[in-house]
Amino acid sequence: MALRRLDYERIPQAALLAAAFFISSLVSVPVGPSSVHLLLNGFMGLVLGWVAVPAIFVALLLQSLFFGFGGLLVLGVNTLNMALPALVCAALFGGLLRARKPLRPFWIGAAAGATGVLLTGAMVAFALALSGQAFVPAAKVILVTYLPLSIAEAAVTGAAVAFALRVAPELLLVENPHA
Amino acid sequence: MVAQPREAPVSRALTASLEHAAPAWLRACDPRLRIVAAVLFAVVTVGLHQFTALLAAFGVALALALTAGPLPQLLRRAAPLEGFMLLLLLSLPFTVPGHTWFELGPLAASHEGLSLALSIVLKAGAVALMLFALLATLDMVVFGHALARLRVPERLVHLFLFTVRYLDLLQDEYRRLRLAMRARAFVPRSDRHTWRSFGWLIGMLLVRSLERSQRILAAMKCRGFDGRLYLLDRQRWRGSDSGWAAVMGLLLGGLLWLDRL
Repeated sequence: MALRRLDYERIPQAALLAAAFFISSLVSVPVGPSSVHLLLNGFMGLVLGWVAVPAIFVALLLQSLFFGFGGLLVLGVNTLNMALPALVCAALFGGLLRARKPLRPFWIGAAAGATGVLLTGAMVAFALALSGQAFVPAAKVILVTYLPLSIAEAAVTGAAVAFALRVAPELLLVENPHA
Repeated sequence: MVAQPREAPVSRALTASLEHAAPAWLRACDPRLRIVAAVLFAVVTVGLHQFTALLAAFGVALALALTAGPLPQLLRRAAPLEGFMLLLLLSLPFTVPGHTWFELGPLAASHEGLSLALSIVLKAGAVALMLFALLATLDMVVFGHALARLRVPERLVHLFLFTVRYLDLLQDEYRRLRLAMRARAFVPRSDRHTWRSFGWLIGMLLVRSLERSQRILAAMKCRGFDGRLYLLDRQRWRGSDSGWAAVMGLLLGGLLWLDRL
């Protein structure tokens, strides 16, 4: 499991980044007439690599404790829904970012953000649809609500990645010896 | 960690524990018992089929939540996040085939759909209330220690404890950054400027937390950190805990029995 990739040396780092992501996901970002909360799992994948899995698990556990949101039983499903897209983003875009001279870091980040959100949305909808024919319309609505979120997420993640690459490239570059 | 004593948490809005609101008997309970009980209750409740049993489970959870803490406060925290449930509820009566309950234009709502939606509400509500009552009133650090005693992988517990420890500090950091933005007349809108600013904000938060984590690791190494956090609490199983475990067992058994009727 991904836990094995988390050496003791990296626990403080992973924990602080997990906390930072948790706080960041509380920011409500206006999109059109409404506002959304970011998922940031694409970005987490880019920064943390495999460690994103336990980090997301802890964040979701805290969320269910603080807000009663999600509940205990769907914790496993939720972790999977969030963490798998994070790993996909790490695999797809991590390499691009670590290229000697990354092309347009903003767009790499934006692509990772959008991928993370859309994949998660698709997985949530899929899980719902699996649990019964009756849930299909709700699943479709959810898929639609993820679209504006993915736009905001792409823009914010893109900016954040470009920023991090300029200010603290070690955040994204030396980060993943295992990825 | 005592690495940076001057950075003691200023505000604890997010992790403000409700433990002092809990009644004495609940506080006296072994945290491990509370975790196990909450999980078992959730498993049993989700497996129930009969309405009477579901209602009973919901009632018990509600009663416990009412005695355990300031419920309105908890509900206010949870409210904005329940849009998903609402959506499910509104759509279900129309999508489950069955006897017609009422018609709305071309759509027909069915009794079967309504009862499915109701049972989902009751299940989710019961589990959430029980979670509030038993776990939200638990101090996060105690919760982490109890997890460790329940043989949750040690690294995961460490990660959890560290994350909890630094949530408040990072929230303060975030507040400071937002205050700085406000001082420059930043108002979030739905435009590229806002999104880019938020991106930089999050980037800055990450950069600072990375730097801080390096300082923490260095400080831990100075103090001879050898890859183990010693859990210094003593969670002892007492006689009253056995009593409460028995009560919980009876309750769960009763729910299952009601369901079989």
